Amino acid sequence: METMNIVVLIKQVPDTWSERKLTDTDHTLDRDAADAVIDEINERAVEEALLLKEAHGGKVTVVSMGPDRATDAIRKALSMGADEAVHISDAALHGSDTIQTAKVLASAIRTIEGVDLVVAGNEATDGRAGAIPAMLAELLGLPQLTHARRVEVEGTEVRVERETEDGITHLAAELPAVVSVGEKINEPRYPSFKGIMAAKKKPVTTLGLGDLGIDPSEVGLAAAFTSVVESAPKPPRGAGERVEDQGDGGVRIVEYLAAQKLV
Amino acid sequence: MSEVLVLVDHVDGAVRKSTLELLTAARRLGEPSAVVVGAPGTSAKIRESLAGHGAAKVYVVESDTATDLLVTPQVDALALLAERTSPAAVLVSATAEGKEIAGRVALRTGSGWLVDVDDIAADGVATQSVFGGAYVVKSKVTTGTPVITVRPGAIDAEAAEGAATEEAVEVPVAEASKPVRVTGREPVVAGDRPELSEASVVVSGGRGVGSADSFSVVEELADALGGAVGASRAAVDSGYYPGQFQVGQTGKTVSPQLYVALGISGAIQHRAGMQTSKTIVAVNKDPEAPIFEIADFGVVGDLFTVAPQLSQEVAKRRG
Ligand SMILES: Cc1cc2nc3c(=O)[nH]c(=O)nc-3n(C[C@H](O)[C@H](O)[C@H](O)COP(=O)(O)OP(=O)(O)OC[C@H]3O[C@@H](n4cnc5c(N)ncnc54)[C@H](O)[C@@H]3O)c2cc1C
Repeated sequence: METMNIVVLIKQVPDTWSERKLTDTDHTLDRDAADAVIDEINERAVEEALLLKEAHGGKVTVVSMGPDRATDAIRKALSMGADEAVHISDAALHGSDTIQTAKVLASAIRTIEGVDLVVAGNEATDGRAGAIPAMLAELLGLPQLTHARRVEVEGTEVRVERETEDGITHLAAELPAVVSVGEKINEPRYPSFKGIMAAKKKPVTTLGLGDLGIDPSEVGLAAAFTSVVESAPKPPRGAGERVEDQGDGGVRIVEYLAAQKLV
Repeated sequence: MSEVLVLVDHVDGAVRKSTLELLTAARRLGEPSAVVVGAPGTSAKIRESLAGHGAAKVYVVESDTATDLLVTPQVDALALLAERTSPAAVLVSATAEGKEIAGRVALRTGSGWLVDVDDIAADGVATQSVFGGAYVVKSKVTTGTPVITVRPGAIDAEAAEGAATEEAVEVPVAEASKPVRVTGREPVVAGDRPELSEASVVVSGGRGVGSADSFSVVEELADALGGAVGASRAAVDSGYYPGQFQVGQTGKTVSPQLYVALGISGAIQHRAGMQTSKTIVAVNKDPEAPIFEIADFGVVGDLFTVAPQLSQEVAKRRG
């Protein structure tokens, strides 16, 4: 491997499908919580791409799909050190589901020549099920090395330590490949002042569906392969009984559990 | 009645409980066909427990390479069988690997996919709980063969007689997908405690536990209740307990019958992983701790006196 041509996927927040569910009520707290998680995993994906670039030389291109405010996340990645960005933005994408999202991202990645590695966050917590990287591997016909807590490239081989509830699995494949990183992969760097200034001059290409050769009727809510029959906010869980421990706290809990037939 | 394909999740020659839950759900939709992908001899070891949960058929997809590859053997098998049998649905456990398999099967078969489902009705309408339980959504697949990933522990497994007739299936390797080699496995050593996302009781400790050593207080209570141990992110970050036990937005989502929170404040990101638990009990010395807002029963007190007493009382009752 001479140098590496790396694509990092950056997820927009919150994902459009969930947004639709949230508009009629005030669930701002949940949304903030979701934002924080996604920012965090995005940055870890960018960090890992930058580490690989630093070790092997090459280029890091950020790819992101989402509305205009997506640019914040793109700028952040560029100020951390990514070289350029592709922003897929099209009103018709609103409400796209996981399958459509994967297809659009795959088309965008195909516009970039000679990609060696696609890096994504594992997105385990945001309704996209953490399966987008696997789905990209399917669509691009690339090996899938996902949920990585460690990534290593040597020559033309990529090796990953995959961590899931099943334990650790050691994986290896020839490049090009798709990798997704988990929470433990690294500590993302902070953008430097110089980085922030430099980011302003880095190229961001905006692509619409037309540029990707995708018919608008194939994406968005109307084209989804699933449909919502009904949705309702769950009544918030109320506080139950609360007692002060008077030396009998444990006993009180057992009595409560016994009354609930839980012991 | 149409078939319902159920991907069998197995480890060391045993079926995971979540698979038995899938078989139970499958019976509502049609006739369950278990799909066993694994090394030669796998099906022989697990056929009986599949039969005991209503599997009418067992598709045996065994090969020497099945365990050397990641997810693609399962994807190849399910996609092939989905085409061949036009099933009412394809059910897979909503684990990290299960979701990767399901997503790829949905793409390959041009089908809709419902993720993290908690319940399925006979008409195929699936219930999902989104945003850490803040919303309940009912959806159905409108295109292709419904691919549905069901959260482990969400549906109670029920025993039922099934013929479990074995049928060997030869799956040609899909050429499009380049292989990933599995060069080693370090499975999570299943201790004596139940698996976190499957347990009916979870006892979690937070920063309030104070040290790795004192986590034994949490473990003792979990053992007394026959439950799994969980931890908050603060507890994990402080090195009190390993990361695989983290509950919350960036950890596991659990919804046991009983969740006990010891020394956990109840931050929104923690709640996201546990607030769909049936019953929540909290012990915290701060009466203002937000965990009390969602606890069914709360004790304001020191966990180091309350939890050991609770463990003892439970042990007494269990005789
Ligand atoms: C992006 C992101 C993702 C996150 N993901 C998660 C996640 O997945 N899971 C998660 O848990 N958190 C997550 N967090 C962190 C979360 O915001 C909280 O910081 C964390 O849950 C706090 O853990 P804690 O309750 O153990 O600690 P604290 O908030 O410090 O609470 C400790 C509690 O222990 C009590 N206490 C202390 N001593 C005792 C005693 N002797 N007896 C009884 N009570 C005692 C205190 O009163 C206090 O309420 C995430 C945060 C972010 C930003």
